[in-house]
Amino acid sequence: MRNVLKRLLPINKHGAWLAFVVLTIVLLALPFFTDELFGRGWVRILNFALLYIMLALGLNIVVGYAGLLDLGYIAFFAVGAYCYALLSSPQLGLHLPFWIVLPLGALLACLFGVLLGAPTLRLRGDYLAIVTLGFGEIIRIFLNNLNAPINITNGPQGISMIDPIRFGEFSLGNTHELFGLIFPSVHLHYYLFLFFTLLVIFISLRLEDSRIGRAWMAIREDEVAAKAMGINTRNIKLLAFAMGATFGGLAGGLFAGFQGFVSPESFGLTESITVLCMVVLGGMGNINGVLLGGILLVVLPEALRHGSGPAQQLLFGKTLIDPESLRMLLFGLALITVMLWRPAGLWPSNQRRRELVTENDAAQR
Amino acid sequence: MDILLQQIINGFVQGSVYAMVALGYTMVYGILGLINFAHGEVVMIGAMVAMSVIQLLISSGLPPLLILLISLIISIMVCMALGYSIERIAYRPLRKAPRLAPLITAIGVSIVLQNLAMIFWGRAYHAFPSLLPNNSHMLSGAIITEVQILIVLVALGMMGSLLLLMHRTRLGRAMRAVAENPSAAILMGVNINGVIAITFMLGSALAAVAGMMVSANYGIVHYYMGSILGLKAFTAAVLGGIGNMRGAMVGGLLLGLIESLGAGYIGDLSGGFLGSHYQDVFAFFVLISVLVFRPSGLLGERVAERA
Repeated sequence: MRNVLKRLLPINKHGAWLAFVVLTIVLLALPFFTDELFGRGWVRILNFALLYIMLALGLNIVVGYAGLLDLGYIAFFAVGAYCYALLSSPQLGLHLPFWIVLPLGALLACLFGVLLGAPTLRLRGDYLAIVTLGFGEIIRIFLNNLNAPINITNGPQGISMIDPIRFGEFSLGNTHELFGLIFPSVHLHYYLFLFFTLLVIFISLRLEDSRIGRAWMAIREDEVAAKAMGINTRNIKLLAFAMGATFGGLAGGLFAGFQGFVSPESFGLTESITVLCMVVLGGMGNINGVLLGGILLVVLPEALRHGSGPAQQLLFGKTLIDPESLRMLLFGLALITVMLWRPAGLWPSNQRRRELVTENDAAQR
Repeated sequence: MDILLQQIINGFVQGSVYAMVALGYTMVYGILGLINFAHGEVVMIGAMVAMSVIQLLISSGLPPLLILLISLIISIMVCMALGYSIERIAYRPLRKAPRLAPLITAIGVSIVLQNLAMIFWGRAYHAFPSLLPNNSHMLSGAIITEVQILIVLVALGMMGSLLLLMHRTRLGRAMRAVAENPSAAILMGVNINGVIAITFMLGSALAAVAGMMVSANYGIVHYYMGSILGLKAFTAAVLGGIGNMRGAMVGGLLLGLIESLGAGYIGDLSGGFLGSHYQDVFAFFVLISVLVFRPSGLLGERVAERA
């Protein structure tokens, strides 16, 4: 635990514990503050930020640690979400409890990860990117069309009325009063997602320091050399895909339970790319960077959504440009400027930064 | 029999558009080792500009072919300027950066272009004005329109002249030299920045022509058309072996054929279980199986050894 803390908060021992306490209080109080200051909608956005952070951390294992460019990562999110949706909604008439469905979704996603990983082991770099992209599209097209001849996924309409996450009689879908405080449904989900996010962070950090993590990084730097050092590159690469996919599936299940509705639209290429942007923009291979990237890329577009309309009113007295387009335009510009300003990401890991410098000096072909 | 022929014709027309766009991807990849994700949007901008110019000129009483030519030239010029600026702003400063950094700026550029197009031209589907008479010919049971014939001819002509350019001129030799080994090319006195800029401009010119072709064929222009077309063309480039120009041509034509044959016959093959909306699945499935057996694409000579 202390190791983990030291990695996350790079300050001395006493400072670390103090920071830990402050951080705990802030994280626990965050939904209430947000609710007070910005309104209930922003707590929802907070929840999505946590989901996206989980996804980004999962993708970070594949792209950041093992160096395998995956452009179809959202497929695993989709698998987890649809697994939950199918087994816990009126669609198939099944209402299995959440503690069965969620692990099942993660497991299924893991299986899909291996399924994708197995045929692509020989591919490198950009060939892998296009195959993963194709895989993501295949999953989405199947979800979109598996309503005929047998209706499984309900096609483009998606599955609605998904059961809320429930612990025995305690349903996260309702407002509860605990310890004299009123916890609306979004707040309860926030705490659940926070728990899982911290779990994923913890696992990621432990993996990074483990034999497996070092093997992943060795493969990222030089696959041939890694093989020569006795690393079973095939299994280790498959493991990266499987681990990343598991986190994706977990986040997917939580998403379905929170949203109560899933449709193929939420799992397009744009979403895969957004998650990839979080990982790269934040700083590949560095948990702190990925966290930063995840928060930034969820909060920034939302802030722009709320800000771009009124700002125009203020400046020009009327809405000149469709706020939605303006929002995405500014988002694109932000991506470009941040990357030009900090090519290694906002918060790159020290080790990775050192490696990149020498790697590039050597890679001047 | 006539269905088969019809699907082959459709596939060939679509495939030649894919091939033209795929060439843009593959040329940039060959020289910089970079997926130019914004290329699909350049195609879209080309189509949009051509549409606007035609709409401006259509009432001027000029002969249709002249209007077509003027709009083509203007659209090519706009796209070349666009390609040059994209390279200059988003890629050149990052040439020594980590490999994924230019990928993100490329994504950023494509988001910006898409939304700029949405602001200028709106969200609606636009009808692409049809200037050429829509005559069609019967070819032993299959129908082929004159527009389609023109598309295939222009595509073949452009690809042929591109190959000539690459293999018969000084510029082509310089481009191949930079692709082979940039540092050695610098030592041999090649202006590497100039060559890269020209590569982007050539690719963008091809994209403009392709954008016009695809919108003339379907009669529709839309701000979102670039992404899916770009995706398919990139798939085609990888199928043929990315970085290899002949590979892009073969891959493009092949992908077009696979798609249209897949759409036509997938229902029969799967006993009615899968319909024609699975044509994309079919295309990606073929891509994955090809790459499993030939990891560097159909014509890719270089083993993909970049980490």
